[in-house]
Amino acid sequence: MNGQRIFRAVGPWLLFVALIGVWELCVVQFKVSQMVLPPPSDIFTSLVGGFRNNIFQRHLLMTGKEVVFGYVLGVSFGILVGAPIALSRTFETLFYPYLLALQTMPKVALAPLMMIWVGFGIESKIIITMIVAIFPVLVNVIVGLRAVEPDRIALIRSLKGGTLAEFWWVRLPSAAPYIFAGMKTSIVLALLGAIAAEFVGAEAGLGYLMTQLMFKLDTPGVFAILIILSIIGVTLYMVADWAQRKIVFWDASTVDRWKSR
Amino acid sequence: MTATRTPTALVPAAEPAATVAVRMEQPFISITDLSVVYETRSNESLVAVDKVNLNVNDGEFCVIVGPSGCGKSTLLKVLAGLVAANSGQTRIGGESVAAPRDDIGFVFQSATLLPWMTILENVLLPLKVQNRPNRAGWRTHGMELLKIVGLEDFANRYPSELSGGMQQRVGMARALAHDPSLLLMDEPFGALDALTRESMNAELQRIWMLRPKTVLFVTHSISEAVFLADRIIVMSARPGRVIADVAVDLPRPRDVAILDSPRFTEYSREVRSHLYAREAT
Repeated sequence: MNGQRIFRAVGPWLLFVALIGVWELCVVQFKVSQMVLPPPSDIFTSLVGGFRNNIFQRHLLMTGKEVVFGYVLGVSFGILVGAPIALSRTFETLFYPYLLALQTMPKVALAPLMMIWVGFGIESKIIITMIVAIFPVLVNVIVGLRAVEPDRIALIRSLKGGTLAEFWWVRLPSAAPYIFAGMKTSIVLALLGAIAAEFVGAEAGLGYLMTQLMFKLDTPGVFAILIILSIIGVTLYMVADWAQRKIVFWDASTVDRWKSR
Repeated sequence: MTATRTPTALVPAAEPAATVAVRMEQPFISITDLSVVYETRSNESLVAVDKVNLNVNDGEFCVIVGPSGCGKSTLLKVLAGLVAANSGQTRIGGESVAAPRDDIGFVFQSATLLPWMTILENVLLPLKVQNRPNRAGWRTHGMELLKIVGLEDFANRYPSELSGGMQQRVGMARALAHDPSLLLMDEPFGALDALTRESMNAELQRIWMLRPKTVLFVTHSISEAVFLADRIIVMSARPGRVIADVAVDLPRPRDVAILDSPRFTEYSREVRSHLYAREAT
């Protein structure tokens, strides 16, 4: 039993170390060009060097700003646009077809248009990130606000509560687990949106830096940025997950997954 | 003007007296020729409640018994202002019911507690929804109610930590929070096991004697009805009609031992005979 627990904690890390070791050995052994697949040691050197020479910081900060602003705006708009659609037939009839059309469209494809409209600065990246982050939240807000137990609505109504009371005391909290699920999907997409938008055209940011390194055929550098991006992604996801567990603590699906860990 | 008045001089004189008399006798709840028709998905209309007449006096514990689909829940929802009637009149305290009122406590079949609120917060929900004054006194008030239902130690727990019977007791405390004049209970113990149910019935009677209110209680269970009721209304299914009105004259407080007494059995038999007589025809 105890051995099992130790294995669970240590196993994945051991595998990680083993894989890195095999990678390093193979690259050195088979003399693979550093341009194609650099050994982990080179990637590590590049990663440390990038930070030590103050190259990465500026770009990291830029991408971070884009993701945070875009994400916060996206989630806000998702809730602000989703709520009226969920609660009003009129809004639904008018806007839902457009939402569907927009949702199926690849949002990143809007990036070139945004560059034309608002330029290569941070604004266009924030807008793309926002657009990408809106949809999962929006869809979940609509589903969540509607999937309320009818008895809970009846409870508020029986107390002479109006639409506002219904929304505040029952609908919004009932929808919260859905909204959080959407927010967790969005946070990952937001990072993707920001990077993809930087690929299209930017003056700074990790995506921009990546294209620069690509042109210089600095493959270890590209890998280093990939690692930074994964760390950012995992961190953001974990923050969202933590917030979910704190805020929608009553939700069975959240609690169960938490306990099984 | 004077010409028309003179011949009918007796009527204006008699009228005030008559109104007073009516008001004195006026039942707390009066339902007249109430019908509710539901549209089903296949566009058929289903008569849930068919020309029901029912009067309930102030402070009376009235239990409605009937098979599934006899419209007894619908009747409660009409009184709560949650369902609109198709025809007929519903009055509570002399006022016609068209929308929900702020002096009704509703207890649902499932406790319907909000899982994100503590037990105390759940109990105080009616006060929050209705934005009642004296916010500072809410907590004491809520704790008092929890004491009545025997759950004061659970005030800061969450609903998921409580058993089904405990949750339903919280549901009752909540329904009393805004000191309603009418308690509507829609099969509140239907989801509980038989033993818990019996003890909950005794519990409800005790609470009711502490906080007397007019109660309209809907159930499938004959013994539950006899145990609790001052008066039992027997309804038939499809269409929902009142087929019998049985006054239960058993002394209170009734305890579980009464379930085996001959008079209790007699009342049960009477209610059952009404239910099955209808089915046979």
